[in-house]
Amino acid sequence: MIIAEQKPLDEIKNLIGDAEKVLVVGCGTCVTVCFAGGDREAQILASSLRMSSKLNGHPMEVTDVTVQRQCEWEYLDEIENEIKEADIILSIGCGIGVQAIAEHFPDCWVVPGLNTTFLGLPSEQGIWEERCMACGNCVLGLTGGICPVARCSKSLLNGPCGGSEDGHCEIDPDVPCAWQLIYDRLASKDKLDLLLEIEPPKDWSTAHDGGPRKIVREDLMLETEEAEA
Amino acid sequence: MTANENNTNGYLVGTTLERMLKAGHFAVTGELGSPQSAHGEEIRAKAALLKGYADGVNLTDNQTAIVRISSIAAGAILVQEGLEPIIQMTCRDRNRLAIQADLLGAYALGMRNLLCLTGDHQIFGNHPTAKHVFDIDSIQLVQMVADMRDKKVFQCGDEFKGIEPRFFVGAASAPLADPLDFRPYRLAKKINAGANFIQTQLVYDVPAFAKFMEKVREMGLHEKTSILVGVGPLKSAGMARYMKNNVPGIDVPDEIIDRMTAAGKGEPWFGKKNAEMTKEEKRARSKARREEGIQVCIDLIKELREIEGVAGVHIMAIEWEKAVKPIVEGAGLYPRPSV
Ligand code: SF4
Ligand code: SF4
Repeated sequence: MIIAEQKPLDEIKNLIGDAEKVLVVGCGTCVTVCFAGGDREAQILASSLRMSSKLNGHPMEVTDVTVQRQCEWEYLDEIENEIKEADIILSIGCGIGVQAIAEHFPDCWVVPGLNTTFLGLPSEQGIWEERCMACGNCVLGLTGGICPVARCSKSLLNGPCGGSEDGHCEIDPDVPCAWQLIYDRLASKDKLDLLLEIEPPKDWSTAHDGGPRKIVREDLMLETEEAEA
Repeated sequence: MTANENNTNGYLVGTTLERMLKAGHFAVTGELGSPQSAHGEEIRAKAALLKGYADGVNLTDNQTAIVRISSIAAGAILVQEGLEPIIQMTCRDRNRLAIQADLLGAYALGMRNLLCLTGDHQIFGNHPTAKHVFDIDSIQLVQMVADMRDKKVFQCGDEFKGIEPRFFVGAASAPLADPLDFRPYRLAKKINAGANFIQTQLVYDVPAFAKFMEKVREMGLHEKTSILVGVGPLKSAGMARYMKNNVPGIDVPDEIIDRMTAAGKGEPWFGKKNAEMTKEEKRARSKARREEGIQVCIDLIKELREIEGVAGVHIMAIEWEKAVKPIVEGAGLYPRPSV
């Protein structure tokens, strides 16, 4: 899932400026699960903004609403009225949610309340870790299901650099070395021969380097007449 | 291109380093740290300390991710000074376009030896907020430059229309880094990618390195490339302990730390605390330690030389280039054979 964390409150206040009516919009999917931008966080953020605005003598009207998925038009349609009534929208969805609101409601002004950080998972309660960079050409089949693109600090494809020590990466003793993990896993599966082949330079054109990406599935597209009807 | 513009007389490239290795001489390479300023004279001064003592001199590429005069610019100065540069190229700061373009230029400027490296992560250096590149990794880099020379193609597969850059291609090996068992295989990958010579990480633990070399010989790798083992003089026991504890893949045995600690034993200042020492005493202590560091390095070279499959040494005395002369002389490697 998409992992995010809340921006510092001061930064959020700066983004809001002197708006009078603020609508905090949460999202019920990824950011709910990582406790960054769900219904609960939307309520808490709205009330802290109300409180602090009262304290500094310019009380704002801050309301909140949470949709099931901020990244789909049909869920956004449900909050059209609330959006129209607000001076500013503070989205605590991921960056996709913020952009969906801007795109779907061109008249509104929306700002982000979260920093969208990575694609990952909760490795244990209270800890989230990156797992994928959406490179568009998955190599997990060669590496025993451990991603060297996202989890090696240098995205190396041919094995560990000289900085691997005691299982951790040279950048930080708290960061596991992806290549040690890959090595151990392949060794346990008797598949170390996979590491002996030279992996050629990666085609990064499927990653962001090829420009913003888009998938078109004609089999799923509605026929024009159907869409117009 | 005229017929013999890239004529190398049976050598891949024909650099001094290649000739030395092919002739079976024990090779010596050195290393020169570029200044963190535009002070080219500093490179000339350091080059003068190494001239005649090394068959090739490595020029670092933003070593430890700190901005310095580029390896290729420093290499151009070395060429002017009559030394043979080994330019280092990391994958951290350049993508495949920039690397190839820079290497075309380096070749045009007379550089012929190249060491391909992954590169330290930028978090260690003076621009930790930078975006890194790592478009290709060091093994892919080796293959790319070997293909430029042998297949006369760019990385994309396009053929060279004019002169191809012919580098004597090197790669690094960290024999004692983790995962330890994989290190000989990673070396094999580098050789398969086209590495003509290898320079290793600093070695202080000779028995551990000898074990690595056993595996290397078992795999026949020493016959497919030339392995230059990395050595470096220690300045103090503190430096030895620091490296042991903080640099991945470097273990300094207690014996060596003890030797460094005992440097100057018997002198009146020995065992005194810093605060109790005069300036002269401190200077004498530093001198004694450095002399011992040089002696340890000489002894290491002598031991490492005995290991079958070791084709030379790479002396890393960064910011202490003066140490190279006594080390090379002390190890009986001076004068350098002419090839
Ligand atoms: S290889 Fe690419 S797609 Fe697969 S997990 Fe890694 S970043 Fe994601
Ligand atoms: S130490 Fe491991 S994870 Fe870190 S950069 Fe090197 S290979 Fe990648």
